[in-house]
Amino acid sequence: MIEQNLILVLVMLPFLGAVITATLPVNAHNAAAWISGLVLAAGLALMAVFHAPVAEGRILRGVVQWVPALQLNLSFRMDGFSWLFVTLVLAIGVLVVIYARYYLLKTDPVPRFYSFLMAFTGAMLGMLLSGNILLLVVFWELTSVVSFLLIGYWYQGQAARDGARMALIVTAIGGLCLMVAMLILGQIVGSNDLDRVLGSGDLIRAHPLYPLVLALFLIGAFTKSAQFPFHFWLPGAMAAPTPVSAFLHSATMVKAGVFLLIRFSPALGGTEAWFYAVTGTGMATLILGAVIALFRHDLKGLLAYSTISHLGLITALAGIGSKGAILAAIFHIVNHAVFKASLFMAAGIIDHETGTRDMRRLSGLMRLIPLTGTLAIVAAAAMAGVPMLNGFISKEMFFAEAVDWHNGTWLDNSLPYLATFASIFAVAYSLRFIATVFFGPPPVDLPKEPHEPTPWLRRPVEALVLICLVVGMMPGTTLGPVLNQAARAVLGPDTPHFDIAVWHGFNLPLQMSLVALLMGALLYLVFARQIAAGPEGPPLLHRIRAQRIYERLLLALSWRLPRLLHQRIGTEKLQPQLRILVLLALTFAAAVLWRQLAYATEPLANPLSPAFALMWLVGAACALGAAWQAKYHRFAALVLLGGAGLMTCLTFAWFSAPDLAVTQLLVEIVTTVLLLLGLRWLPKRREEIAEDQMLSARLRRLRDFVIAAAAGLGIALVSYAVMTRPLIPNIGDWFLRNAYKEGGGTNVVNVILVDFRAFDTFGEITVLAVVGLTVYALLRRFRPATESTNQPEQQRGEAAAALQDYLTVPGVILRWMFPAMIVVSAYFFMRGHDLPGGGFSAGVTLAIAFLVQYLGSNVRWVEARLTVLPIRWMGFGLLIAGATGLGAGLFGYPFLTAHARYVDLPLIGQVPAATAMLFDLGVYALVVGATVLMLIAIAHQSLRSARLRDQDTPEAESKEAA
Amino acid sequence: MNLLIAVTIGLLTACGVYLILRLRTFPVILGLTFLSYAVNIFIFISGRLAPGLPPIIDKAAPGYTDPLPQALVLTAIVISFGMTAVLVLMAIGAHLGAGHDRVDLRDDAEAGE
Repeated sequence: MIEQNLILVLVMLPFLGAVITATLPVNAHNAAAWISGLVLAAGLALMAVFHAPVAEGRILRGVVQWVPALQLNLSFRMDGFSWLFVTLVLAIGVLVVIYARYYLLKTDPVPRFYSFLMAFTGAMLGMLLSGNILLLVVFWELTSVVSFLLIGYWYQGQAARDGARMALIVTAIGGLCLMVAMLILGQIVGSNDLDRVLGSGDLIRAHPLYPLVLALFLIGAFTKSAQFPFHFWLPGAMAAPTPVSAFLHSATMVKAGVFLLIRFSPALGGTEAWFYAVTGTGMATLILGAVIALFRHDLKGLLAYSTISHLGLITALAGIGSKGAILAAIFHIVNHAVFKASLFMAAGIIDHETGTRDMRRLSGLMRLIPLTGTLAIVAAAAMAGVPMLNGFISKEMFFAEAVDWHNGTWLDNSLPYLATFASIFAVAYSLRFIATVFFGPPPVDLPKEPHEPTPWLRRPVEALVLICLVVGMMPGTTLGPVLNQAARAVLGPDTPHFDIAVWHGFNLPLQMSLVALLMGALLYLVFARQIAAGPEGPPLLHRIRAQRIYERLLLALSWRLPRLLHQRIGTEKLQPQLRILVLLALTFAAAVLWRQLAYATEPLANPLSPAFALMWLVGAACALGAAWQAKYHRFAALVLLGGAGLMTCLTFAWFSAPDLAVTQLLVEIVTTVLLLLGLRWLPKRREEIAEDQMLSARLRRLRDFVIAAAAGLGIALVSYAVMTRPLIPNIGDWFLRNAYKEGGGTNVVNVILVDFRAFDTFGEITVLAVVGLTVYALLRRFRPATESTNQPEQQRGEAAAALQDYLTVPGVILRWMFPAMIVVSAYFFMRGHDLPGGGFSAGVTLAIAFLVQYLGSNVRWVEARLTVLPIRWMGFGLLIAGATGLGAGLFGYPFLTAHARYVDLPLIGQVPAATAMLFDLGVYALVVGATVLMLIAIAHQSLRSARLRDQDTPEAESKEAA
Repeated sequence: MNLLIAVTIGLLTACGVYLILRLRTFPVILGLTFLSYAVNIFIFISGRLAPGLPPIIDKAAPGYTDPLPQALVLTAIVISFGMTAVLVLMAIGAHLGAGHDRVDLRDDAEAGE
């Protein structure tokens, strides 16, 4: 049990460190380094606790339920393999933190660096320890994202930004593929549990989807560990600060890919496809990386390609998949992490001390920085595979596996030659690193005078090089037990114990090593000059660069293709878009309903009422007339629209929807007023336009007419089909049964709005508030056009004087009506819960009461006597509705739970006092506010334009006078 | 009666679609109003035509019509008014900004209508 919790602590610890370091001051170098270092050291201490149970072969687990329905739990497991890997990550992490403390400049912002580093460590640990394949993908993606932030730490530089983006795009695409692969795997196995998946190898390999899963999985793993052809992001990521490179590209990020390959080799491996894909890619990467590394002039570039090459080696071993190969792969993961981290750090010191990483400018540094030089030389020798160093032993094991017969395919047979060939180049580039940087004539013209760095910058390198030496000389006693433990965890408990020794006799692998050492040295000595003088990359090949292909592709996909598509199929005009929208809707509806639209055999009968038919005859005439006249006779069209609206309202009334009828009627009024106000500011269009009689315009109208007729016909058919079918029992029945019992109201529609579906209503009134504010915001920058600022004809000239008081009588009547309308509004509101009415219609009624005052009287007169603050109405309305909802929370009910009861009031009698009523009050206030805001804001424009007119006239007069 | 309402919805839709395809702003606004009539009635009739059966609980009532479509349409009516208001404002703004009242501000190929 305690181990369970400790695993969770282990995963959470780095994230906690990330949060703490993120909150430190910008220049707290020491504090951040101490906290990060201690966090990682604490992790290492935990690993020491885990060692004993893991060594017994037990699998430790820690599980937190997360989304059980999706089988997605925070489940972590630790076996020998992940123990080794986690320890490696934490140990290198501690050294990187020490190194970074002395590497970063005083001006570099500290919290960002250390918190990203900690978060990255946490993501990496989570990935390594995940016991659930979906959780693994989550942490996998997290490493991609955080590595993007780390690589782009010096975001001021173009190279850092580009490198970070490239790394993110490549690894995130891989992560996406991996996610799909894992989802399919989970489906095949029937569980997302890692143990179940790893144990179902036969099932997975026999499944028809196996090739797809394998391909997606490998893309994920290959992108992460920079395998050919996805290797190009890794050199680009060298723009990161050196501690980041040392961490990401030795022990963590890129190793995640090979970790996955080895981890899943029991589940996915063992087939011919796996061997060809994985070993083939690994060998190609091994050779390509080694060859390119020899020709790089940049120190970190050389190391980057060397990393790619070594990752290829590990991948190739994972592809071979024999027990010895897996052990060798794990061993090489550790060895490469150790010597590559020390080399990156050494390269960082050289860069730090000399100011350059160009090997053509560096030379003879052995005299100036002998200690660093010695360390780097030992590490580089380990990289080359010189005997008595750790790199040698795992390389020997690789050679032994290459020589061994596995499946007799051409790839298997050619492995020894390919391995030796790559190794020759590995020796050559290591030699080049040593020879050019540390030997030769003293350096000239360096940006800085090199000195030995501060000892603490060197300590991590010393520690790592010491490990290289110790492991190289005593592999069996130092790493032997944990390696066997790790291999058993991957391959199963019946794996034999491997004896790892330095000396296996003068066998074939040793001869291959010697050939590689000799040939590599020869290769470098012969071509040293040409390489230094040559381009940045191998001859011929340097022109074909994967990075450039990637950039072309990115440009094409993210820039050219969208523009091309936009040119071809896009339009910036609204009308064609609307036309396409209507046509698409028609096409899809037709495609779906074709031959499916069956009419009921016994249609619901509804005897035709002549009065109603006559009514709609008028309505139809109104609609057609409005469509006909909308262009030139806008006022007429508006009146006709109102006619059609009125028919709609009567339809609601006829078919038992009193609430709708009332609301429609009231809204019809405000809509008409709104459109009238709008017409005031739109250009007049009475004259006939000659172009309208042209053929093209006629054709366009005909086309639109056909589209409209088709749409109308379609909707008519669908509605007829709907109406003639019997109503299936639905949720409406439930509302009818429970409206009174649970909602305390007899008007079911209102109870639905303010009680059962109050949350929807709350959303809708919020929309209304947003709409009101939008109108208000649009009007604030409203400046009337000059042609509209003139007074309307009716108000000008001699007629104006006569018409001065033409609305006096209606105005007075409307003023008298004002209190009556308020009472009507209150009446609508109060009875809403039981009878037709409610917040919406009452709100619109009150808004109309305000509005008619504006219509009947002078705006200034009204404003002087009546202050309406629509925005406050809206605000309070929303607040009341929201507070009512929250109030339910005080009594322990969910949001917007209503309570209903009747209260006896003196004189008035029984009054419903449901909390829903309070909610309805909010709706009411908001509707009043929004409606008044929209209408009065537009109406106010005449005031403003009058003011503008007043301002303009004196100016114009003064001009004339001048 | 069913047929009459179906024809009515179709007619309102056709008028609405024809008007929203016009090139000037005012017809487009009218068209959208027509469309909202049509859609509201369409949603409403999905509760079927039931004269004389208002969904108001009463012991004497012979039965009730489906209240749910009515609740849906009620808010839709008010919101469509809000939408019309925004459109009117946008039309006015476009007219003031561009000096004409065409829907497509950068329309130079298709003049007229």
